Amino acid sequence: MVDKKKIYNWFDERVDLKNIEKFLEHKTVPYHKHSIWYYLGGMSLFLFVLQVLTGILLLLYYKPTAESAYESVQYIMTEVPFGWLVRSIHSYAANLFIGMVFVHMFSVFLMKAYRRPRELTWVSGAFLLFLAMGFGFSGYLLPWNQLAYLATNVGTNFATMVPFIGEWLLEFLRGGKEVTGATLTRFFGFHVAVLPGITTLLLAIHVLFVQRLGMSVPVSIERQIKQGKAKRLSIPFVPNYLYRDMLGWVLAMGVIVLLSSLFPWELGDKADILKPAPPHIRPEWFFVFMYQTLKYVPKVIGVFGFAIAGLIWILLPFFDKKSNRGEPNRLYTIIGVFVIAYIIILTIIGYVAPGE
Amino acid sequence: MDEKIPRRDAINYLLGAGLVALGGATLYPVIRYMIPPKASGSGTASVSAAKVGDLKPNEGLIFKFGDAPAILVLRPGGDPYTASDYVAMTAVCTHLNCTVQYRTDLKEIWCACHNGHFDLQGRVMSGPPPAPLDMYRVAIKGNEIFVTSEKA
Ligand code: HEM
Ligand code: FES
Repeated sequence: MVDKKKIYNWFDERVDLKNIEKFLEHKTVPYHKHSIWYYLGGMSLFLFVLQVLTGILLLLYYKPTAESAYESVQYIMTEVPFGWLVRSIHSYAANLFIGMVFVHMFSVFLMKAYRRPRELTWVSGAFLLFLAMGFGFSGYLLPWNQLAYLATNVGTNFATMVPFIGEWLLEFLRGGKEVTGATLTRFFGFHVAVLPGITTLLLAIHVLFVQRLGMSVPVSIERQIKQGKAKRLSIPFVPNYLYRDMLGWVLAMGVIVLLSSLFPWELGDKADILKPAPPHIRPEWFFVFMYQTLKYVPKVIGVFGFAIAGLIWILLPFFDKKSNRGEPNRLYTIIGVFVIAYIIILTIIGYVAPGE
Repeated sequence: MDEKIPRRDAINYLLGAGLVALGGATLYPVIRYMIPPKASGSGTASVSAAKVGDLKPNEGLIFKFGDAPAILVLRPGGDPYTASDYVAMTAVCTHLNCTVQYRTDLKEIWCACHNGHFDLQGRVMSGPPPAPLDMYRVAIKGNEIFVTSEKA
């Protein structure tokens, strides 16, 4: 007979189980009419873990060279048992992940959850979005199909706009002056080693901040509580909140698997440098708002505009004195709504505007 | 304001400077490593693009020029055996690097990505491309059409 108590004590002596238990018992999440948005961070986390797991499965068969990348993905899709499922989940979840991170960021912005003392949580989150976009950009090339080849040509070309080191940056990204098999191998390295490493580290920091500081309660609710119009409510993290979190994950997984089964991810034609670009090419959807903007303004202005706008976006919490004092800040809400509207409208135009 | 630096500070400066130097000595090869060397033999920027007869007048063809695509066009009404009736230029659009194509109906080079038009001299006719396409020289040797980069 195993003595459970003895085993428990053995571990408790070494890793202080009692302390961990106490911590989990006392961890709570605020409960109010906007608390539904708290689930998005956890959902993003789940999707990232899903990417790591399906990505590792893809690695069992994927070959990162111009000669065999396309064929290896074709092999995954047609020969490997459930290969179509693994690859389709990886592709759908990748898009959902980026979408989720966007919505998470904007909900945090509108609730002013970035206000003191959570500025660094916000900054780390913004960098996580950039990393997610980097994942999407580098992963897109890996099947080595025609659209990906052209999109990577166009995408990496923007590196030349960076002052002083533009040419160096272009060659660094492409592994040469042109997009070739060298680019593919490089992007593979970014996609499966560099980005996952950095992202895991930054995610740990991000989650640690959230843990240290607790969940922020929106300004409006905080005021109601102060005025006695509302009560400060919360629910235990374990098990109540965690179960709800997991319910969401199961639902998301269901949607992803359903989509993967009904519409397995396309592969397209193998990249062929001798084929001209087709009309209406556009990047992946999360780059479209920027790409579309560049059709209306000169390239230089557009690229620097977005660089500066991105920087300001990261630094906004440091200027929001009103929210820091716990007062409502209409101006920041308007800015947030404007940015969201801009992104949505330009993305739609990018998809429906008749090409020339 | 010439204060004497106590010994311990001086040692710290030395160690700090040493660390910076070490960092630089480590970083330099790493940064150099990231850019691949020029492929050997790419100095001969001349390739056989096609054979005489592959192209009819008012037709274009994309071929591989080093690692990049390039385009060869036989002018409308041109003679397949006369080198000067062909034009060749890079097929990499100067706007955002899409691959251009020859439009038989317009008798122009066209980039589908953002509707850029070039004439057969590589000059921008309309659209967003900011610069002309680099032109190459065409020569015929026997049955083969050779294209050579002007810069070579
Ligand atoms: C946030 C995380 C990630 C995102 C957004 C992402 C995104 C993508 C995308 C968009 C593709 C192209 C899908 C296609 O069209 O086939 C791709 C392919 C691939 N990814 Fe990821 N990925 C992520 C994480 C990972 C991780 C962690 C690994 C491995 C450790 C991985 C390994 C691969 C491999 C081997 C392929 C090529 C196979 C294929 O194209 O189906 N990915 N990824
Ligand atoms: S890439 Fe050719 S017109 Fe934009």
